[in-house]
Amino acid sequence: MSSFFSRRLGFTRTRKKDIPKGVFTKCPSCGEMLSQADLEKNLFVCRACGYHFPMDRVSRVEMLTDPDTFEEWDGGMMSKDPLKFTGTDSYEAKLKSNQEKTGFKDAVSTGHAKLEGRAIGLGVMDFSFLAASMGSVVGEKITRLIEKSTERDLPVVLVCTSGGARMYEGMFSLMQMAKTSGALARHAQAGLPYIPILTHPTTAGVMASFATLGDVILAEPQALIGFAGPRVIKETTLQDLPEGFQRSEFLKDKGLIDRVVPRGELRKTVANLLDVYMDAREV
Amino acid sequence: MSTYVLPFEKPILELEKKMAELRTFSEDQDIDMKSEVERIEHKILETKQKIYSGMTPWQKVQMARHPLRPYTRDYINLITTDFTELHGDRLYRDDRAIIGGVARFQGRPVMIIGTQKGRDTKSNLECNFGCPYPEGYRKALRLMKMADKFGMPILSLIDTPGAYPGLESEERHVAEAIAVNLRESFLFKVPFISVVIGEGGSGGALGIGVSNRILILEHAYYSVISPEGCAAILWKDRAYADKAAENLKITAQDLTNNGIADDIISEPLGGAHHDPEATAKNLAECVSKHLAQLDAMTVEERIQDRYDKFRAMGVFEEQAEEA
Repeated sequence: MSSFFSRRLGFTRTRKKDIPKGVFTKCPSCGEMLSQADLEKNLFVCRACGYHFPMDRVSRVEMLTDPDTFEEWDGGMMSKDPLKFTGTDSYEAKLKSNQEKTGFKDAVSTGHAKLEGRAIGLGVMDFSFLAASMGSVVGEKITRLIEKSTERDLPVVLVCTSGGARMYEGMFSLMQMAKTSGALARHAQAGLPYIPILTHPTTAGVMASFATLGDVILAEPQALIGFAGPRVIKETTLQDLPEGFQRSEFLKDKGLIDRVVPRGELRKTVANLLDVYMDAREV
Repeated sequence: MSTYVLPFEKPILELEKKMAELRTFSEDQDIDMKSEVERIEHKILETKQKIYSGMTPWQKVQMARHPLRPYTRDYINLITTDFTELHGDRLYRDDRAIIGGVARFQGRPVMIIGTQKGRDTKSNLECNFGCPYPEGYRKALRLMKMADKFGMPILSLIDTPGAYPGLESEERHVAEAIAVNLRESFLFKVPFISVVIGEGGSGGALGIGVSNRILILEHAYYSVISPEGCAAILWKDRAYADKAAENLKITAQDLTNNGIADDIISEPLGGAHHDPEATAKNLAECVSKHLAQLDAMTVEERIQDRYDKFRAMGVFEEQAEEA
């Protein structure tokens, strides 16, 4: 078993910290009491109301791949502190505590795998690592994922979530938006399909780059998706925000998202879409 | 000409006031105070040099936002001829926060686009304080693609606090508009140069800035987040903006050292607004120098040059995976 899956432990720790003690978890949406075993079996979706809990990256990879087919790329890549950020919590300390908390070096895991027998490039972002903010490592790993997939003629599936830029890396962080988009330009030129899956929450720099550049953009139900956060919009514009603003369903109505797909149907939906696009290339 | 004084410029103002008084006194009383006037003049110059060469990052941000600073349209008028503005994204409306059109730069046809700030309430309302809506980025893309079609180099001038964070912006998908610009910019066959002339506000700046060369004026800045925004998040208090500005490494000098910007365009003593013509001349010379380098490349080389430039950005280390 590769070291990727052995780090699931890291998630269990995170989950225990984030979810109230005990075997049962109360659904924040409907109040239903859900056992941990139930939650895991149901892909961390409330069986009563369909509320989507956060899902760790190992479970995500398992959900979207055939057993034992995922091979991680660049798992040892680590952020540095290029600006020597000081005056607040040091960046190095933040990195260290998040690495310990999650068992991973940074906020995205990438690699290749099979999905219903088809080879794919796959990336999964993880909000529990510094709000899945995009710094050099996130940008570089995603760029390599796309470049390697282009070389190997693979479609790319990318589970997105992010609070925005990794401020501690300053302009290096911003430029990851350009870098990843450039790699996608070449992937697209090769006629390969790219499917981002937007999960709660996906915002800011990630939204203004690879998250919105999909041939098909999928989103999980009720995910918060946007460029600026709702609080910033409220404070800047003093506007009242409509019900459901910046949620998946709202953005589907407004024409950004192709389909809102419940977690339980993601695997089948992605596999079917890739079948169609990849078959079309062969004709 | 400067009637707007930044807090750190006050010592200069004091001295200038003193000299004006001295001159009036000298004329009124008909006393020759030439040597005293010369002494103060010298002192003013010394103070200016000291203040302007030792500006902190936060002071540079204030300079970059100076309300008398030349804006995009001023530079267009100063460095091009025959500018014909082209309007609209052909989808929704004409965003006045990004302007653009065809012009001649040193005689040759170019496409020039840029974010535009206003000088007063009326013009600021019109151009939304330089914060583009999605349609601004879509207009920019339309014009850049047109430039590519006709083989015209693209010159973009960047001066924006950022893309507009509002309800309509989100409803019309400003993030997608920026993202598409980033991706498409990698495919342009023509030389593409961007110049940060004032504020380089994050993704809102990058949306017209995926170019072969990023040039920046001496007192301009380019940042992933405003210093105030960063301070609010990391220090929980916007008053720490000076600390944030320092840490984010956003000055022209820091950006060149970090390989983000390619060249610095010098400004006259006291900033671009003290002599817009001289600043524009420096800008044109710098653009011209880099344009010549890009002209010498083949189309493939130019596309690869742009890819390699951004591909190289980022700092990380790689460890062998523990088994």
